[in-house]
Amino acid sequence: MPPWLAILAASALTYKIGGRKVGLLTLGGLLFLWNLRLWQATVETLVLVILATIAALMIGIPVGIWFALSRRAWRTFSPVLDMMQTLPSFVYLIPALPFFGLGAVSACFATIVFSVPPVIRLTALGIRNVPSELVEASDAFGSSASQKLFKVQLPLALPTIMAGVNQTMMLALSMVVIAAMIGAGGLGRAVWQSIQRLEAGAGFEAGIGIVIVAVILDRSTQALAAKARPHGSA
Amino acid sequence: MGRITLENVSKVFGANSAQAIDLISQGKRKAEVAQACGAVVGLRDISFDVHEGEILILMGLSGSGKSTLLRCMNRLVEPTVGRILVDDVDVTKLGRKELLAFRQKAFGMVFQHFALLPNRTILSNVGFGLEIKNVPAKQRIDAAMRAIELVGLKGWESKYPNELSGGMQQRAGLARALAADADILLMDEAFSALDPLIRRDMQAELRELQRSLKKTIVFVSHDLDEAVALGGRIVLMKDGEVVQIGQPEEVVARPATEYVRRFVEHIDLAAVMRAGQVADGSAVVLAPTDTVAEARLRTVAGGSDGWLVADGAGRFVGRVRAERLAAARTGETVSGLLDLDPGIVAAEARLDAVLPQVAASGAVAVVAEDGRLIGLITSRDVVRALAARPGNSSSQTQPAGADRWTGTSPNSPSTRSATTVSTGSPSMAAG
Repeated sequence: MPPWLAILAASALTYKIGGRKVGLLTLGGLLFLWNLRLWQATVETLVLVILATIAALMIGIPVGIWFALSRRAWRTFSPVLDMMQTLPSFVYLIPALPFFGLGAVSACFATIVFSVPPVIRLTALGIRNVPSELVEASDAFGSSASQKLFKVQLPLALPTIMAGVNQTMMLALSMVVIAAMIGAGGLGRAVWQSIQRLEAGAGFEAGIGIVIVAVILDRSTQALAAKARPHGSA
Repeated sequence: MGRITLENVSKVFGANSAQAIDLISQGKRKAEVAQACGAVVGLRDISFDVHEGEILILMGLSGSGKSTLLRCMNRLVEPTVGRILVDDVDVTKLGRKELLAFRQKAFGMVFQHFALLPNRTILSNVGFGLEIKNVPAKQRIDAAMRAIELVGLKGWESKYPNELSGGMQQRAGLARALAADADILLMDEAFSALDPLIRRDMQAELRELQRSLKKTIVFVSHDLDEAVALGGRIVLMKDGEVVQIGQPEEVVARPATEYVRRFVEHIDLAAVMRAGQVADGSAVVLAPTDTVAEARLRTVAGGSDGWLVADGAGRFVGRVRAERLAAARTGETVSGLLDLDPGIVAAEARLDAVLPQVAASGAVAVVAEDGRLIGLITSRDVVRALAARPGNSSSQTQPAGADRWTGTSPNSPSTRSATTVSTGSPSMAAG
């Protein structure tokens, strides 16, 4: 796929999600990166971030639901989440290496582990914060546990869960950059190389690139979260 | 359908519930149980019946256990001991799956803060109960629309809850409970969050709805005026116990305990009392066949500007004004002197509805449903009735007709004996 087509497609997508502002931002930002000859690196970074985020959500949302419904699970594993979030991010690179070796797979693994806590936490929080009167109402009408979950708890927790998705994606991006140390490609490698070669200019360009990707991802997911909010509020 | 029977229901919160139940069965009260084993008694040995098609109001201050009791009925709160029968189904014995099905079938519930799902339209909210029942979409929408029309929200069905005022949201909450077509409506302080004007409208409309739909309604409220407006039997609770059960006017006229007396202290008596309670039945009643001489003899004590006339069967015939009797020739009989336009009110009429008539004509006659004369209400009787708040020092000012027309035994604090009071609520007929 030629870069211009991919850029147009991405802009159209973000336009659809977030409106004109986000669409134009994506268009301008990606064209700028193409112009800087960072297109290849940008795509690699995006692919890693998106794959890692999807994997993190597939793990994190069900676990979050479990934590929300089981007080015991929450109490047992909450400290583990705390630990996962306080450990310095590059520590996750170490256990990944012996299993997957240098490269994108290790990077992806470390990224998933690093970025999963927010979505777990915010999914659990969102479900727990559903007003008890609404949960009681659904019980009073005879909902089964799964009806209650899918018709009441998850829809009402969606804005909070989407905030978790946003956080997870941002963490994934920051981790993908660091994962360049163990051979992940993308903008992170450009930064890493320019550090090693003391090329301030190239490093600055790659840094700007990361910022642009971050802003695009952040605005898009925030727009998604806003759409999930109940009608008319905030 | 819709009869509920509670038998010795108790609910204990906290540890030591077995010990607490033991203590309860020994007759210990809430405070004593708390002191003995630390458990909190939510409900203490409660037994009464909710009749089919009546509005029953669970009343008490916050913490008296009324909401807990309501939630025991559909087991949102599990009673610790006791049986709850709904149309001969023992709710407490249902398994998890059966309970869900039973809730879908038998109960609709309305909540204090509406509990509408903010992410759904009114239509979708109202259809929620049917959605849970897996009713097909078409049927669901039809039923939801019918319920929406019933509560007067037609035209608002595609709005979201936060676009509606509180009163309208609660209408939607009521529609949701009605849409599933359950026999029993459980209403938890349903109108308490609404402002007073809207609340009064909703109370009147609920009464209308109840009259046409014949649902059994259990209504939790802390507001005695609300109970009076809804016009059903009252179950008064305190510290998890039932203190008194009865029609509002009975509770007001004969409070079972000091607590009840204080609870009803500020009630608008005119709204609670019935004409039959206020009527003075001790006044002289003339017969239409009496001659003027006989009549003068019987009314020699005076004290009134008119006399009631009833036939041999006690049926009300008319009224004779004092000056007319005085001016009449002695040969005439009373039947020739009758006032042809006497004010008559039904014994079940609320006193406040009778007041304008009393004010206009000075006195009205009160008759029972079968036409039997009960007595006369003069402005003096009204003042006396309103001054005769139970607990006020002069106990002999108990309204003269109070015991005559209700025909019920005096209420006792024991719940079982009091549940037998008349089921056909006179207030419903009064309108």
